[in-house]
Amino acid sequence: MQKKHNKPRPYGRHLPDRYGYFGEFGGKFVPETLMHALEELEVELNRALRDKKFLSQFDYYLQEYAGRPTPLYFAGRLTEKLGGARIYLKREDLAHTGAHKINNTLGQALLAKKMKKARLIAETGAGQHGVATATVAAMFGFTCDIYMGTEDIKRQALNVYRMKLLGARVIPVDSGSRTLKDATNEAIRDWVTNVRNTHYVLGSVVGPHPYPFMVREFQSVIGKEAKSQILKSEKRLPDFLIACVGGGSNSIGLFHPFFKDKKVKFVGVEAAGRGLHSNKHAATLIEGEIGVLHGSKSYLLQNKNGQVNIAHSISAGLDYPGVGPEHSYYKKIKRARYLAVTDRDALRGFRLLSEYEGIIPALEPAHAIYYVSKLAPKLKKNKIIILCLSGRGDKDIDIVREHIKL
Amino acid sequence: MNRIDRLFKKLKKERKKAFIVYITAGYPTLRATERLILELEKSGVDLVELGIPFSDPLADGPTIQKASEAAISKGANIKSILRIVRSARKHVKLPLVFMTYYNLVSHYGLKKFVGESMKAGADGIIVPDLPPEEAKELIDISKKENFATIFLAAPTSTTHRLKNISVKSKGFIYYVSLTGVTGARDRLPQDIVGNVRRLKKITKKPVCVGFGISRPGQARRIAHLADGVIVGSAVIKIIEKNIGKKDLYKKVSRFVRGLAKAIHGE
Repeated sequence: MQKKHNKPRPYGRHLPDRYGYFGEFGGKFVPETLMHALEELEVELNRALRDKKFLSQFDYYLQEYAGRPTPLYFAGRLTEKLGGARIYLKREDLAHTGAHKINNTLGQALLAKKMKKARLIAETGAGQHGVATATVAAMFGFTCDIYMGTEDIKRQALNVYRMKLLGARVIPVDSGSRTLKDATNEAIRDWVTNVRNTHYVLGSVVGPHPYPFMVREFQSVIGKEAKSQILKSEKRLPDFLIACVGGGSNSIGLFHPFFKDKKVKFVGVEAAGRGLHSNKHAATLIEGEIGVLHGSKSYLLQNKNGQVNIAHSISAGLDYPGVGPEHSYYKKIKRARYLAVTDRDALRGFRLLSEYEGIIPALEPAHAIYYVSKLAPKLKKNKIIILCLSGRGDKDIDIVREHIKL
Repeated sequence: MNRIDRLFKKLKKERKKAFIVYITAGYPTLRATERLILELEKSGVDLVELGIPFSDPLADGPTIQKASEAAISKGANIKSILRIVRSARKHVKLPLVFMTYYNLVSHYGLKKFVGESMKAGADGIIVPDLPPEEAKELIDISKKENFATIFLAAPTSTTHRLKNISVKSKGFIYYVSLTGVTGARDRLPQDIVGNVRRLKKITKKPVCVGFGISRPGQARRIAHLADGVIVGSAVIKIIEKNIGKKDLYKKVSRFVRGLAKAIHGE
């Protein structure tokens, strides 16, 4: 019964294939207990993505609840200061809850409702995905448990409180690196245990099939909007799309609708932490080797024995040793270029946008902002850059305050 | 026919059930693991499942997580574990089966891993995060070497999936007693009887049941139902309590004998 999903994909995309692979990346590497749940989810998802009623419901909530479309804002003063390419910001920071994560959680919550699951669980690093999951749980009436590493609970205290206010339980994870990777392990263990009544709301384009595909479809609203917005304001496609990459959901969301527009260059910015040679970074696509973690085959930071390395980044949302399989595929076929920005430079990007545009960004996109500040001056003034401003920076104020004395 | 098939053939003749014990290799030390394998055989264990510890064991509960972390920090890796298997093999006859996560073996190289494992005297492998549909390469390589690929079946597996699991499994099928991770439980789920019977109708291969079993009473009930009983976390807990004590092996042996008696019906 599970082989019936071989119909063309809704947006005419050919990948992933029916086994959940993007080239050699992806798949379903999970305990047998979850396999049937994944098959069910896949059937339900494919049905939903062809169902006009579901899609219009999804659009309704994106618009009326999350506040979409988010603006594509021309950053005039930043452009002037850098003296090169024209810079546009896709303002995901203005979406409800303050980041792009809400796009995905709305979609998954609607699916979970269709599948008659009573409970949502999620992992979270920076807390943005946790907040977005707790938010939709409150709105649709699910019970909700969020797994979060104790290290992240410390550095993202504001978001922990928000999740609790929204009625979710925040379950501290004290194993391994006490960050996103370990929160994900615990969420999967919970799902294995409670699979019959629980939907696992994975927050990025990672995990077993159909998650990387599903999260991409829900996040693609970013790129679809950006495309029609730039065509309206500039009457042409952009030259560069730039976004930060942890697991990679905001970047895939922006990139994917431009996949066939070969002249549009994609740049993914990973976290170089304390430097690529410090062993304290999260630059999975640059420094990793192919491996299997959390259900899919992709690039992975691992040691010579195949044990997963502990990642490091100043931003909890990028602090992850894995990456979505579709990014690994983009790297392999050279559709996107990936580079990394250090903690210190991300703080520079953070200040730059605050001071020149009056927008305090999250630390995650601050990595991408720094890269734009290096790239834009080298480009001609008629070039166009779209940067995905994936979230706002309120959650990071405590961390930034430790580093920047004013 | 390899050691696993011979074991189940012999047990069938004797109308006995298999007693399988899991231990984490390298916990508390590699040397202790080697000695534990010998003690387990002497104490009535029919097959040893040797865990190769992984940094992110997402099918395991806290007991095995902790043991894995400790073993890794003491230098347990595939190479060092193969060494103790080679050395233990000189003294024991029981089948030895690895249990580990896919990243470790795929990073090591599947062909190299299977070849070296056979040479060292191991008989098969269980990979909890590798469902049969992702296992083609491992199955092809293992077939050539007569290395057993043991797949897991779960309470949530559909009949269609159980059939495929049965076809792909060599040696035996590992039935996961509950929806959840490894670790001792006070109670086993009600649906276990029906589920094992359903699986036994589908397959002629031996079905062994694991996850959650920790006490002789539970083991006895499972032994009536299935072809084998697997105990892991409960044994690791005994090891954990007796680390550094002289009578570690005696304590483990006493606990294991109690279970063996229940399973073998002596």
